[in-house]
Amino acid sequence: MYTTEMSKNPTRQGPSAAEPPELLEAFEARVANDEFIEPKDWMPEAYRKTLIRQISQHAHSEIVGMLPEGNWITRAPSLRRKAVLLAKVQDEGGHGLYLYSAAETLGTSRDEMLDALHSGKAKYSTIFNYPTLTWADIGAIGWLVDGAAIMNQVPLQRTSYGPYARAMVRVCKEESFHQRQGFEIMMRLAAGTPEQKAMAQDALNRWWWPSIMMFGPPDENSPNTAQSVRWRIKRETNDELRQKFVDVTVPQAESIGLTVPDKDLKWNEARGQYDYGAIDWEEFWAVVKGEGPVAKERVKARTEAWEKGAWVREAALAHAAKQAARRQKEAV
Amino acid sequence: MANEKKNEWPLWEVFIRAKHGLSHRHAGSVHAPDADIALRHARDTYTRRMEGVSIWVIRSSDIAASDPADAGPIFEPAESKVYRHPTFYVVPDHIKHI
Ligand SMILES: [Fe+2]
Ligand SMILES: [Fe+2]
Repeated sequence: MYTTEMSKNPTRQGPSAAEPPELLEAFEARVANDEFIEPKDWMPEAYRKTLIRQISQHAHSEIVGMLPEGNWITRAPSLRRKAVLLAKVQDEGGHGLYLYSAAETLGTSRDEMLDALHSGKAKYSTIFNYPTLTWADIGAIGWLVDGAAIMNQVPLQRTSYGPYARAMVRVCKEESFHQRQGFEIMMRLAAGTPEQKAMAQDALNRWWWPSIMMFGPPDENSPNTAQSVRWRIKRETNDELRQKFVDVTVPQAESIGLTVPDKDLKWNEARGQYDYGAIDWEEFWAVVKGEGPVAKERVKARTEAWEKGAWVREAALAHAAKQAARRQKEAV
Repeated sequence: MANEKKNEWPLWEVFIRAKHGLSHRHAGSVHAPDADIALRHARDTYTRRMEGVSIWVIRSSDIAASDPADAGPIFEPAESKVYRHPTFYVVPDHIKHI
């Protein structure tokens, strides 16, 4: 999620000297008026750069996100669960593709983005650098990780850049089954044998904190948030979204008899929201820097898949070129 | 380095007819080496939930588009021609079926 700010230092956000003030002003006015910006419209360089970074990180997250779950497809406990998981993982691949296409409308190329991912230069959501140790992790991911992604993606359906917003509309339509199938897995395990319930609780214990970190650093440490909100690239801040997620998820856990692993968690009557404990941001930044338990494995799996597929891509291009040449010859 | 395209498959725009009676509508794009594979990729990417009964693909580079910066001069001539709309004409209330 996918779209959290993952660079610690603010990028250059001021208007560049070369940008005509009247164009900039017209752009700001359109955005403030909730109009959509389309690919060929004039836009400030900083807006374009921020979007390319955000959309490509989002795309990478969808693609890398296939790995922890793909890991369990062959070991799903029933044919039903296997078919469901396969469909979910395929959807995530689709999400990655919608997003790469949206980023390409801003002038970057697919190759360039994939290179950045494979060379380890590009960031993706920290959540996927944790391992999936048991079947319950598949439940926890659908319920919590997709749940957090939905929370983040719903407002993005109205983000100011048209192609990104349209990709999000499609993604959001597909996400809700992801979350429900995950919750269903947790619900069944929680109602099962003591061992099954313990497995569900253990998964919740391990995925809770990484999930709420998915919303990114607190607002005061999120250098680009203000600009992104003003440009309607982001529609709600990290902390607002995190709070919403906690508020809807805690009662869900309670309803299936699981305990959220936060001793400071309690309902705050005055605020009408939950108070939650302090988040370990050192861990977050370490994982961002690629120190997650399985970060190297993830990038390696991606790179290998890409390299092993090279001959297919080349053969398909050669075939297309040959067919085109033949058609041209026949036409003469 | 920006924009470097080493050997990537060309981009195709995908149009899908949601059901018979509707026109094809832009759904998104895919990369593919040729039209056959573009159609397959379009199916896998954009119709996993019965979203369509027919797909068109066209190479993105074959699309000619108007420039948004020219939207004024292109579309402005229609703006003043209100007489192209039925509401421009006043018909007394007692005249029916018109
Ligand atoms: Fe997704
Ligand atoms: Fe998902």
